[in-house]
Amino acid sequence: MADATANTPAVGIGPGPRGAKPRNAFAPRNIMLYGTLIIVAIYYALPLYVMIVTSLKGMPEIRMGNIFAPPLEVTFEPWVKAWSTACTGINCDGLSRGFWNSVWILVPSVVVSITIASVTGYALANWKFKGSEFFFAVLLIGAFIPYQVMLYPIVLVLKNLGDGISFFTVALGLGKVQVYGTLWGLVIVHTIFGMPILTLLFRNYFASLPEELFKAGRVDGAGFWGIFFRIMLPMSLPIFVVAMILQVTGIWNDFLFGVIYTKPEIYPMTVQLNNIVNSVQGIKEYNVNMAATLLTGLVPLIVYFVSGKLFVRGIAAGAVKG
Amino acid sequence: MNTMTAVNTESSISIRDLTLNFGAVQVLKRMDLEVAPGEFIVLLGPSGCGKSTLLNCIAGLLDITDGQIWIKGKNVTWAEPSERGIGMVFQSYALYPQMTVRGNMSFGLKNQKMPQAEIDARVARAAEILQIQPLLDRKPGALSGGQRQRVAIGRALVRDVDVFLFDEPLSNLDAKLRSELRVEIKRLHNKLNNTMVYVTHDQIEALTLADRIAVMRGGVIQQLDEPQTIYNRPANLFVAGFIGSPSMNFIHGAVKGGKFYAEGIVVDLAGYEGGALIDRPKAILGLRPEHLTVTNTAVAGKTIAATVEIDENLGADSLLWLKAGDNQISVRIPVEDRLNAGTSVHLEVDMSKASIFDAETEARV
Ligand SMILES: Nc1ncnc2c1ncn2[C@@H]1O[C@H](COP(=O)(O)OP(=O)(O)O)[C@@H](O)[C@H]1O
Ligand SMILES: [Mg+2]
Repeated sequence: MADATANTPAVGIGPGPRGAKPRNAFAPRNIMLYGTLIIVAIYYALPLYVMIVTSLKGMPEIRMGNIFAPPLEVTFEPWVKAWSTACTGINCDGLSRGFWNSVWILVPSVVVSITIASVTGYALANWKFKGSEFFFAVLLIGAFIPYQVMLYPIVLVLKNLGDGISFFTVALGLGKVQVYGTLWGLVIVHTIFGMPILTLLFRNYFASLPEELFKAGRVDGAGFWGIFFRIMLPMSLPIFVVAMILQVTGIWNDFLFGVIYTKPEIYPMTVQLNNIVNSVQGIKEYNVNMAATLLTGLVPLIVYFVSGKLFVRGIAAGAVKG
Repeated sequence: MNTMTAVNTESSISIRDLTLNFGAVQVLKRMDLEVAPGEFIVLLGPSGCGKSTLLNCIAGLLDITDGQIWIKGKNVTWAEPSERGIGMVFQSYALYPQMTVRGNMSFGLKNQKMPQAEIDARVARAAEILQIQPLLDRKPGALSGGQRQRVAIGRALVRDVDVFLFDEPLSNLDAKLRSELRVEIKRLHNKLNNTMVYVTHDQIEALTLADRIAVMRGGVIQQLDEPQTIYNRPANLFVAGFIGSPSMNFIHGAVKGGKFYAEGIVVDLAGYEGGALIDRPKAILGLRPEHLTVTNTAVAGKTIAATVEIDENLGADSLLWLKAGDNQISVRIPVEDRLNAGTSVHLEVDMSKASIFDAETEARV
């Protein structure tokens, strides 16, 4: 167009609406939406509020009644007691023992299960072998079998595993070895039970990465481990974070396996919390119980806060392709 | 087959009786292909015809079901991709995102445990050829599509191999970059003179780049020839229809006594370049839009009477859509000769450029 004014309207702007359409903040739709959100938020936040204020009150104040009232006199006594002196049956060293037990169970379980699952998922996604689809299907079925049916068989497996290992260690003069009832037995159980879902997660994630990257790696002469460590791993932080959160919260919150496969000295924190809260001797110390519960929930809570953003990203990435 | 036992030492790549199945589906069917050293072969065909599959077989990224693959006189049928002496460039660039450009280019060489000085020298040389020196310390994420594909070519270049494999390297780029990089690849080939196998579904790329084009359909090579031969003498109806835009005009009719008959059309076939013109009750006359000329005078046996329906202005020239009996015919004409709809004209046939196909076998006569 030769005419420079060709783009300016000849008539100017006409009457009637112009620009952004006004919105009514109190439209029925908005009231419904925000009303529902606020109610749901209160529903979840209120119990937490009650727990926090109760844990900061002394027993006399609690007996006075109103559980919603903020503490008149803030005291950290219940937290200290819950951590270091509350009694569970014979031991009176609080939750601290359970905390450290849980840590010693958690760290190897998370590391071992994620290590195995990531390599398995990578192999299933990229190095298809004869029967790999069948193997994957079996693993998936594993994810849907209710684990209660396996509780007792696993007791036998752990016992026999111990006996099997003992056969060699005794022959070598190292004495008998126990697996059932030990921390390592529980680590094995957590690792195995984490396998189906974690492998699925990693397989789907690796399958969602461009296949041509894998091909380029092979043309460049990288092998199974070369491609895994040099090409795949550096792209996989989000999915490792997801796996870590799943495992940390799952294993930390586990109660059943802890009770069944360990013994009192090495009970995880959850079991010990239960023993403190349900202890029948003496009066119920609500403030100590609340503090103990909050302490136990602290680890998953921190994990969520620290890695929430990565978690969402990883879940989205892992869910893209089946 | 005893022809297979004689090793053709002259070929750079030799595909012999290659079959590949995905489960029950046969994707490549007993394929033979000889590629001469320094030759630029383009595999052309519609999506899903097995081009990438063939390329991946050559690269060793797929285990073949039957047959052999030889590269530079060596049987590499069971060799690993990295042992085959090939470099490969992918459609999605496939650059390692966490490595710098330099890291991407030297990754393969490091895997070969090459001395660092040699790696540096090769990377520098490839970067110079491709004009990517300023990008060497950037990550792929900070590059444009064209730059990424240059780096991907560089990654193949540093390997110093005789065979380059390209899998639709330009498909992800916009039209302008595509033609730029196309020229660059041609230039690279002229300079390095190594064997290139190039997959595309874009006929312009195929016609401009190839020494020979292999047109594929359903896992079978339909025709393997120089671009000009493919264009002027397509081996069958599929090749004729696939190459050329707009597509070749097909007129269904019959051949009898050296003449082609269709509804309201009689064309003398004298001057046809092809096989003997025996009588065929069912035949197809193929005429490219640019091999027809518009005239006002009817010449019996030489022209086809037609009516103009639409005139499309393409800028450089103009495309005329006409109706001749039941047949829709397109003709390419100079823009200044534009005609109005409804005009009756005559189309002069250049028989030396025409193709006749048997309607049963679809093969060119
Ligand atoms: N991994 C695979 N498993 C099963 N079928 C495949 C696989 N890869 C490709 N195919 C099929 O093989 C045929 C050829 O694919 P491909 O070589 O990618 O075609 P293109 O010519 O478009 O590159 C297609 O029909 C495709 O569906
Ligand atoms: Mg393809």
